[in-house]
Amino acid sequence: MEKYQVSLTINNIPVTVEEGSTVLDAARKVNLHIPTLCNHPDLKVAGNCRVCVVEIKGQKELSAACATPATEDMEVFTNSRRVRTARKNIVELLLSEHNADCTKCYRNGNCELQWLASEYRIGDHVFHDLVKEQEKIPDTSSWSLIKDDSKCIRCQRCVRTCNDLQDVGTFSVIKKGKRQKVSTFLSKPLKEVFCIDCGQCIVRCPTAALSEKANYEEVWDVLETGKHVVISTTPAVRAAIGEELGFEYNKHSDLKIVTALKLMGFNSVVDYGFFTDIYIVELCTEFLLRMKQAQANEGSAKMPLISSGSPGWVKYAAEKHPELAGNLSDCKSPHQIFGAVVKSFYADKKALDPKKIITVSVSPCTAAKAESANPKMEVNGLKDVDFTITTRELARMIRQSGIDIERLPETDYDNLTQIHSGASVLTELSGGTTEALIRTLYELITGNELTPELLKIMPLRGQNGIKETVMKFTDVRADWDFLEGKELRFAVVNGTGNAAKFFGTLPEKEYHFVEVMACAGGCIGGGGQPIPVSAELVKARSSILYSLDEINGVKKSHDNSALQDIFREFLKQPGSEKAKEILYKEVPKVN
Amino acid sequence: MESHELKRIDLIFSNYTTSKYKVLERTLQRDPDEIINELMDSGLKGRGNAGFPTGLKWKFARRNEAETHYVICNANESETGTFKDREILERVPRKVLSGMAICAYCTGARKGIIYLRQEYAYMMEHLQNELNIFHQHVKEFNFDFTVEIFLGSGSYVSGEESAMLDSIEGYRAEPRNKPPYPITKGLFDMPTVVNNVETFATAQVIFRIGAEEYSKLGTPLSPGSKLFTLSGDTPKPGIHELELGMTLQDFVKEFGDNNTKAVQVGGASGYCIPQKLFAETVIGFEGIPTGGSMILFNNSRSMYKVLHEYLRFFTEESCGLCTPCRIGTQQLLKGVEAVKKGERPVSYIDVLIKLALSMKSSAKCGLGQSVANPFISIIDNFKEEILY
Ligand SMILES: Cc1cc2nc3c(=O)[nH]c(=O)nc-3n(C[C@H](O)[C@H](O)[C@H](O)COP(=O)(O)O)c2cc1C
Ligand code: SF4
Repeated sequence: MEKYQVSLTINNIPVTVEEGSTVLDAARKVNLHIPTLCNHPDLKVAGNCRVCVVEIKGQKELSAACATPATEDMEVFTNSRRVRTARKNIVELLLSEHNADCTKCYRNGNCELQWLASEYRIGDHVFHDLVKEQEKIPDTSSWSLIKDDSKCIRCQRCVRTCNDLQDVGTFSVIKKGKRQKVSTFLSKPLKEVFCIDCGQCIVRCPTAALSEKANYEEVWDVLETGKHVVISTTPAVRAAIGEELGFEYNKHSDLKIVTALKLMGFNSVVDYGFFTDIYIVELCTEFLLRMKQAQANEGSAKMPLISSGSPGWVKYAAEKHPELAGNLSDCKSPHQIFGAVVKSFYADKKALDPKKIITVSVSPCTAAKAESANPKMEVNGLKDVDFTITTRELARMIRQSGIDIERLPETDYDNLTQIHSGASVLTELSGGTTEALIRTLYELITGNELTPELLKIMPLRGQNGIKETVMKFTDVRADWDFLEGKELRFAVVNGTGNAAKFFGTLPEKEYHFVEVMACAGGCIGGGGQPIPVSAELVKARSSILYSLDEINGVKKSHDNSALQDIFREFLKQPGSEKAKEILYKEVPKVN
Repeated sequence: MESHELKRIDLIFSNYTTSKYKVLERTLQRDPDEIINELMDSGLKGRGNAGFPTGLKWKFARRNEAETHYVICNANESETGTFKDREILERVPRKVLSGMAICAYCTGARKGIIYLRQEYAYMMEHLQNELNIFHQHVKEFNFDFTVEIFLGSGSYVSGEESAMLDSIEGYRAEPRNKPPYPITKGLFDMPTVVNNVETFATAQVIFRIGAEEYSKLGTPLSPGSKLFTLSGDTPKPGIHELELGMTLQDFVKEFGDNNTKAVQVGGASGYCIPQKLFAETVIGFEGIPTGGSMILFNNSRSMYKVLHEYLRFFTEESCGLCTPCRIGTQQLLKGVEAVKKGERPVSYIDVLIKLALSMKSSAKCGLGQSVANPFISIIDNFKEEILY
């Protein structure tokens, strides 16, 4: 249906927009900047901070540009004396309620309130300081986030993120008037309430009211202990870190980052993709074993197999869908496999005492911090991953070390892990784990080469909430004859916000594999990524990873020759006793 | 202006038949457009303070086609110094229900809700009994309309119509962005008429006596009469029905204690009128409109304390959603305290007045927008008392 167009003027500039657009949309169309705070492109309109107020001819009071529909013949003024005075007052008020110790603050330099303060040249504090002393004590109880109420400007972006986008509901608004605040259930500490650690609130917070529990200082310390420190960075981290450091990702960036990490004192830099390939092969094995068992004895193995590589999703499922516990994959996530393999295979090969190895994982995910703290995530009694830091934390470390990445030469990854497949890169995108799985599955079952359509499964790409594809196998190998002619259904749930919708209808259709990632777009839009994050930016970052797959000659995880080496020399075969010991978080439900 | 004796009116509480819904029965025979026209002719404007023409509101709601419509009676009555809606619901509930039913008939609503202030919960039984009788009658009239009581969430802001809708839908009572207004997108997104208790009761009166008779009362811009709740320094506190359009001078002559120095017209969100302006101040839409709260202060009162109390009230009753109101109210309160104590220079008052004007222009709802009314009117007229 074609939409009506409406024509209006903003500061006397004519503009035509689709009916339903806001005054803010219209202003942006003619490149007029109107400041905003509570507005966020991924979230419902709130209209509560009021910094976007504008004057509309014929209206007694000012209107919030973000919440006012543009209408025919409207005359808008975005910068009149009245508007400027009101806006300045609003910024002054926000600052009076804000613990503005900018120089000590983690968001110093990347804070939307600070920018506004500078735009409106807020000098002396005009108003009374309203920050309460007890608010200055942040809640540090969670493994992954810190909540600092003294920095909160009540824009409620976190509330809308947590409830509307993620369907988690950790945060809500309580009380009214001067006591109104964003709170957890019964104002309990974060670790005592349901929170999936996804950090989506952090990346949408305009100030430092929400931040990750930083561990990079501990990492600096460990670099001086003489231990063998091994670090891994994920492709999503590398694709986005330039946003923090001021460079654009290119084909040299990965190996320059290796050089930087070496210069910073890490003993070894390993390629995350290698571990992801192990994950995919193991996941594929688990999938086939389940299929086989389900076939042999109806009901003995729960189908569909549901991915458990996204720790935010695992926590969400445990709380909201306990009935799915038996469906969740028992494989560790690639991030944990990294730690487990380094402290076993890698230690063996390098003749190192695993106790003297420290593993540091740089992750786009804040939930990974909580995941690696889980006591189940261990290998031979040692923690898989000793420290998990976010993309933002690594960027800070690089800045502190005074390194200019772009000027560095390239250095290869550690020789044991130098190879990764294109499939491995996809696993940090929504739908990517499923694509990677299908690549290996197809060849394993049919013994045939992948068809071009299977190298780019379009229905699984993009930002839809729920994505699906069906595969039919013909000419299967003898081992898999029960799959002959069978249709396998794969589904992808993009963000926990879509989980309720999907699992609510599950019984109606038979699925065989379901991938769920807590964050929309996948890890690429994770809570540890550079701020800001929005659907738009996630799309741009995703295209980097898709192109990395395209230029990679090794398309499939099982074709990775380094992976073949580790299976030959160490893990024996997928699903072996050794593999179970190292690569699984539980004794697998299916053998 | 010459002074007049105030005429006492008795329309709201009189002529109350406890047996039959005669006015309703008669009106339901009429054409809806004709009913709305009569309401428009009467000039009735909302009695809940905002003063939107009631006939027009019904007309717009009628025009908006939708699956269903709702009619809501706003009985949150939380403005300081008013309890007229309580009296109406206790003494003449059938007038209110008649008004609601006629509105439903005109707009196509099948369901009505009385949003009852939490402190009025004691009335529930009485009202429920009345509803049972009412439902019996409308059934006899072959009219499909039921009314439910919704007990309010206990805040001032839940009287703001869009916050009330959120509250009924099960959310925190917080004002919505407008437009869309409730008549377009109200309860559960359906066109909804929200009117004050007294507005519905008055509509019933108008359909009983006719628009022509009704609009003979009051002035052309403020036709009719309304209930006033009097409190403070007056020998005649309580509820009085008076014609609109009187001067404050006549009002004070009748109700003052010969020592009145100011009248707060419209409660905490209204204006403070000092004695020197009594003669020129008209109570009505051409002057100072009021939801009915009239608080008289005599010379023994400290206007600083009055202002302080209003500001304290707003710091508690702001819903906290928007910046100007949540923080602005706190700064105004702290600000006048600081000036009074000499911690801030007298010139700081000007900063606060500017702030109050910013709040008026940028706050999200009527609550934050109206803080400037008492603030500026009290400071302008009683500067000495506030400063020193
Ligand atoms: C903060 C605030 C509180 C309000 N409280 C009430 C109230 O208690 N009762 C009421 O009738 N209207 C109240 N209103 C006005 C309503 O929003 C609305 O305008 C009114 O119910 C419409 O009815 P009327 O046109 O019959 O006056 C309030 C408005 C604001 C901004
Ligand atoms: S959040 Fe922003 S304004 Fe607040 S202290 Fe930090 S940098 Fe400054």
